[in-house]
Amino acid sequence: MNKEDFEIFNDNIIYFDNAATTQKPRSVVNAIVEYYTKYTANAHRGDYDISLKVDEKYEGVRDKVKKFINADSSKEIIFTKGSTEAFNMIVFGYMAYYLKEDDEVILTKGEHASNILPWVTLSKKIGFKIKYANLADDNSLKIEELKNIITDKTKVISLAHITNAIGDVRPIKEIGNLCKENNIIFVLDATQSIGHMKVDVKENNIDFLGFSAHKMLGPTGVGVLYGKKDLLEKLIPLEYGGGMNIAFSSDGEYSLKELPHRLEAGTRNIAGVIGLGAAIDYLENIGLDNIHNYEIKLKKYLINRIKEVPNIKLYNENFESGVLLFNVGEYFSQDVAIYLNTYKICIRAGNHCAKMLQEVICSTNTCRVSLYFYNTKEEIDVLIEALKNQDKILDTIV
Amino acid sequence: MDVKLKRDIILDNYQNPANKGLPNDEAYEKVNSRNESCVDNITVAAKVIDGKIEDVKFDGDACAICTSASSVMTKELKGKSVEEAELIIDNFERMINELPYNEEVLGELNIYNEVYKQPSRKKCALLPMGAIKKIIDEDD
Repeated sequence: MNKEDFEIFNDNIIYFDNAATTQKPRSVVNAIVEYYTKYTANAHRGDYDISLKVDEKYEGVRDKVKKFINADSSKEIIFTKGSTEAFNMIVFGYMAYYLKEDDEVILTKGEHASNILPWVTLSKKIGFKIKYANLADDNSLKIEELKNIITDKTKVISLAHITNAIGDVRPIKEIGNLCKENNIIFVLDATQSIGHMKVDVKENNIDFLGFSAHKMLGPTGVGVLYGKKDLLEKLIPLEYGGGMNIAFSSDGEYSLKELPHRLEAGTRNIAGVIGLGAAIDYLENIGLDNIHNYEIKLKKYLINRIKEVPNIKLYNENFESGVLLFNVGEYFSQDVAIYLNTYKICIRAGNHCAKMLQEVICSTNTCRVSLYFYNTKEEIDVLIEALKNQDKILDTIV
Repeated sequence: MDVKLKRDIILDNYQNPANKGLPNDEAYEKVNSRNESCVDNITVAAKVIDGKIEDVKFDGDACAICTSASSVMTKELKGKSVEEAELIIDNFERMINELPYNEEVLGELNIYNEVYKQPSRKKCALLPMGAIKKIIDEDD
């Protein structure tokens, strides 16, 4: 649905790599162009009209994000470069001062690199233990497993809402309750879910949350860190500079601004933030429930049709997200992806930045189709036809 | 060389690669190589004695181009001196990167002379060369 809002599809491209990034509707592109052509100025700096307009727009997006994720206050919304920066701020700005040697942090092997490598790096310094919760036979995470492995030393559970590699949707309500009951900080990576289903930080007792704009129709290079106010107050900035200080003097004394500006040093990605605002407007206009329901229906259609194709192995057909992993016979996933490119079909091949999952899932490399609301049954039909001609896959090697 | 013949040779080297499997022998130096898009993952092992590549093998999980190029590379480099190997590698890289090159030294590696037409395949073809380069560079 709404495919006509995306100029890129005029070129008949079939884009099935939405877990990597999403396409941008005209309204998002226009919002960015408008900033660059009609009111370019820095934020929080000037006393002239266009600068004030920038402030209004930029801070307006903060309010939009606050409502979008149901935060208590706009001060809990920090604009970042993306999820990766958000997670690095959580780990190196907060956890570095909070965690002690004997503490435990729970992750899974299905997490994205950005929710593993910061923890591993800090753990080497402080010595806290990282426990990887076991995944069930279908590679999903069950709440019972978390209940079993938490101890009185567990201080943090940090998980993706939906994993990019297998697309399983985590039971965040139950996990949030478990964390609350046990005084555990719940960190949620909403990167893969935020543009696909409602994410409510209060309802799910989320303490920290990160996401990237570009996976929800927005521009690259901008994202959000959400933290409960009392936690963010204790988060030490990783960057110092303009825009975040009140005063500084040659005796080495300085004072910093309050939230959220204390954590936004330097000139921010203003155009990006404005684009994010337009993306939120666009998503809310369609409705996240409508988007989610459409994606689930489309995935069912994809699964039914792909089962008509011989030699297909599916890895995650039961999950309620738009991600489907498969392999075609003995063909190497990249050969399949390059073959599909001849049909203008864009899919991802590889291990999808969750490299530890190789230890769990039996195949190291898979083809991944990740759907979004602008994908259609007709596009899936083209994919199925291409896969039915699988004896042509290696024709593309020369 | 016509396209069908090239394809047949590539497919043959993909489906029945030569010199595949790593030796359990400390005389071999091993280098693992992966490409940026997280897909191809191969290890090349070579035994270099007195400036000569006595033996070279590879193993890994990779696409048709990368696997077959690894196979053909091992066949072409086995028995060559390090200098000869460097000349072959340099000309192969030049061919893939669309620079002037000497096809005379490339032997069967000439079957990859159209890989440049598929930019996404270039890094696959170059991956085994990158690994062997690390081994012989260290040997200089």
